[in-house]
Amino acid sequence: MKIVNEMNISFASKSINESFARSVVSAFVLNLDPTINELADIKTAVSEAVTNSIVHGYKMEDGTIYINGKITDKNKVILKIRDRGCGIEDIEKAMEPLFTTAPEEERAGLGFAVMQSFMDKVKVSSAPGKGTTVTMEKTIIPRKR
Amino acid sequence: MIKTEYDKNVITVFLSGEIDHNNAGSIRSQIDGQAESLHPKTLTLDFSKVSFMDSSGIGLIMGRYRTMSLLGGNLRVVNVPKRLEKIIALSGVGALGVLK
Repeated sequence: MKIVNEMNISFASKSINESFARSVVSAFVLNLDPTINELADIKTAVSEAVTNSIVHGYKMEDGTIYINGKITDKNKVILKIRDRGCGIEDIEKAMEPLFTTAPEEERAGLGFAVMQSFMDKVKVSSAPGKGTTVTMEKTIIPRKR
Repeated sequence: MIKTEYDKNVITVFLSGEIDHNNAGSIRSQIDGQAESLHPKTLTLDFSKVSFMDSSGIGLIMGRYRTMSLLGGNLRVVNVPKRLEKIIALSGVGALGVLK
């Protein structure tokens, strides 16, 4: 597997940047000629991961969110979304559908469920005080012309 | 971002554009403000013009279901475009009986 393209961005942990992050990642992936559905899946997963960093990682306070994007020669998109926020104590619990620590924000507790069902692969590494990195992969199926 | 109509005890909210965590809060307070002052029998959320939503949109639906239950009314979610069907299905909000 060879990396044929790569990008890095970092931006302030502000909820106005959720749409910025989605737009940058879709622009990066667009070269692979994804279908509208594939693109929507990736945008939704990015939105969930970035929102988690803002709401949970940094608890709506100042911080920086980092996104590393890679594209392989096998049409695979690999996205790493990282924060240096508070980290997750119990990753398994956090990934349970409908579990949320922010009900007053009307968080549905579906962030990780969405990432898992919209991407091919999701990996979360985190430790309290050490921040969280979500790595997600999705292969864009080449289309017949 | 949202347009509302009130007729015969029904508030209809036409949502449009992208729904994410950044704007869900203000949409929520606009809708709840109207619902609490007008006490409609039915709150209808029309999703036909929503181009994108993440799970914040699901939180918005579940929260309005709660608002309407507290007010003794009901919630209807209508015109969900194909592009949003996947997240709606995943969320299980259909089990609330709100999808029309």
